[in-house]
Amino acid sequence: MSMIVSAIGQGLLWAILGVALFLTFRTLNFADMTVEGTFPLGAAVAVTSLTHHLTPTAAIGLAFLAGAVAGLITGLLYTKGKVPILLAGILVMTACLSINLRIMGTSNISLLGQATIFSQHFLKTLPRYFDSVLVGLIAIIIITSLLIYFLQTDLGQAFIMTGDNPVMAQSIGINTDNMIILGLMVSNGLIALSGALIAQSNGYADVNMGIGIIVIALASIIIGEVVFGTLTLNQRLVAVTLGSIIYRFVILGVLQLGFSTNDLNLISAIILAICLLLPQVSKKLKLDQLLRKGVSRG
Amino acid sequence: MTMPILQLKNIVVAADQQNVEQTKILKNLNLTINSGDFISVLGTNGAGKSTLFNTIAGLLPLTSGEILLNGQAINHLSPEKRSRQIARVFQDPKLGTAPRRTVTENLLLAKHRGQRRTLKPRHLKQQRHEFTQLLATMGNGLDQHLDTPTENLSGGQRQALSFLMATEKRPELLLLDEHTAALDSRTSTQLMRQTNQVVTTQQLTCLMITHHLEDALKYGNRLIILNAGQILLEISGEQKAALTKQTVLTYFG
Repeated sequence: MSMIVSAIGQGLLWAILGVALFLTFRTLNFADMTVEGTFPLGAAVAVTSLTHHLTPTAAIGLAFLAGAVAGLITGLLYTKGKVPILLAGILVMTACLSINLRIMGTSNISLLGQATIFSQHFLKTLPRYFDSVLVGLIAIIIITSLLIYFLQTDLGQAFIMTGDNPVMAQSIGINTDNMIILGLMVSNGLIALSGALIAQSNGYADVNMGIGIIVIALASIIIGEVVFGTLTLNQRLVAVTLGSIIYRFVILGVLQLGFSTNDLNLISAIILAICLLLPQVSKKLKLDQLLRKGVSRG
Repeated sequence: MTMPILQLKNIVVAADQQNVEQTKILKNLNLTINSGDFISVLGTNGAGKSTLFNTIAGLLPLTSGEILLNGQAINHLSPEKRSRQIARVFQDPKLGTAPRRTVTENLLLAKHRGQRRTLKPRHLKQQRHEFTQLLATMGNGLDQHLDTPTENLSGGQRQALSFLMATEKRPELLLLDEHTAALDSRTSTQLMRQTNQVVTTQQLTCLMITHHLEDALKYGNRLIILNAGQILLEISGEQKAALTKQTVLTYFG
């Protein structure tokens, strides 16, 4: 039982990552590699702030700002510098690795004995793992609501239009460069924020904690899409959170089979690959026709 | 007295800025467009028609010369800034709308053409009635597809929607870039008739590239033929009304 609660809590906390990547991956239509640098950047900023006795809220706020600045640099390289987006992301990600070491001063900082967002008195009274469920739930509800509101504003619609049809967007007066930069800033700010929360949940920050996280974020997005099918934009944002929780359950199941946590990156990559291949495979094998036949015979 | 809306003064556009002489696409072109003009632009492939449009819209930089809009130089304004006054309909139905957005969402986005986008709620529902009426004017069933993503519309419906999007907020200058060329002849004729109706009743100033000689002769008060980056023929008013297909064809020798 506690394993399931833990998986839900982790799913909710990691969902922020998926929702943040959704902004660039599904709305602007590109894969932003910056996230592998901004996730540990958020963790580094938050943990260092906490060890300097800043409040957890201030630490999370600073993490968001740091991520947004990294996103700004990727955005400027891509839009003004005409550097291809994959390369721009990789450049900033690589730079972040050194920055993170500078911020932390060492490759690993423990939060043992520090006040974090999880040290609130009320959270301490909850059964084990329920604290991360509550914090994750509140965070993802606030963030998803803000994004849904944003996407329904004139500015949000201009942002969506930029990803949908940049030529058209420009011809009706939308500054597409600014929209892309805005998207990268908000997205990487939120990714740093999720890094800050997860570092506090884990009780430490590590410079290597960003490795492979783009695959985890993509898995939440794609699992949500594969499981729930055609949805409206707002529903798709919520589906990312559910996809993130389902992903945690799959990982839990795989670990129960006897794999070690060292295999997690391999397993994550395989899960994502399967989800990405599923539409092609079902088309080739005509799975839906088979299913329909089975149902009509039954 | 008619007011010039757009003046092109001695404009040169070259493909390669290092090698201007050999790569000129527009060669010292002069054109004055007056308020209310409806001008058909004819010319063979490579004559510079699309380059002319891209230059006016700001997608291509001028090598030399000057573009004046309402008497103000707009040479250095970005396409976004120019979109306040200039609207455009593209030839490719895929280019004119946001494919995953619905018909009403597209109309709402274009209604704010050239304006600052803010964090105000978009108020889509309040405008459904107005949009339904606007869509019904095209007479091709668009008003039945308010919530359809535009990627699921027919080419004719998409072009009609693009045209509405370009004109719903009155543009100072409307650029139609062979907007009926990708459509079958019946749909094309219908959209052309609608276009003429809107342009003449609202007295829009319009520049229209076309490959249909008949359309160029039938519609508009002026006609120009571009050839090798220069204006080969410029004709207007009664002279244009008297122009025949045979006469025009001689210019394409």
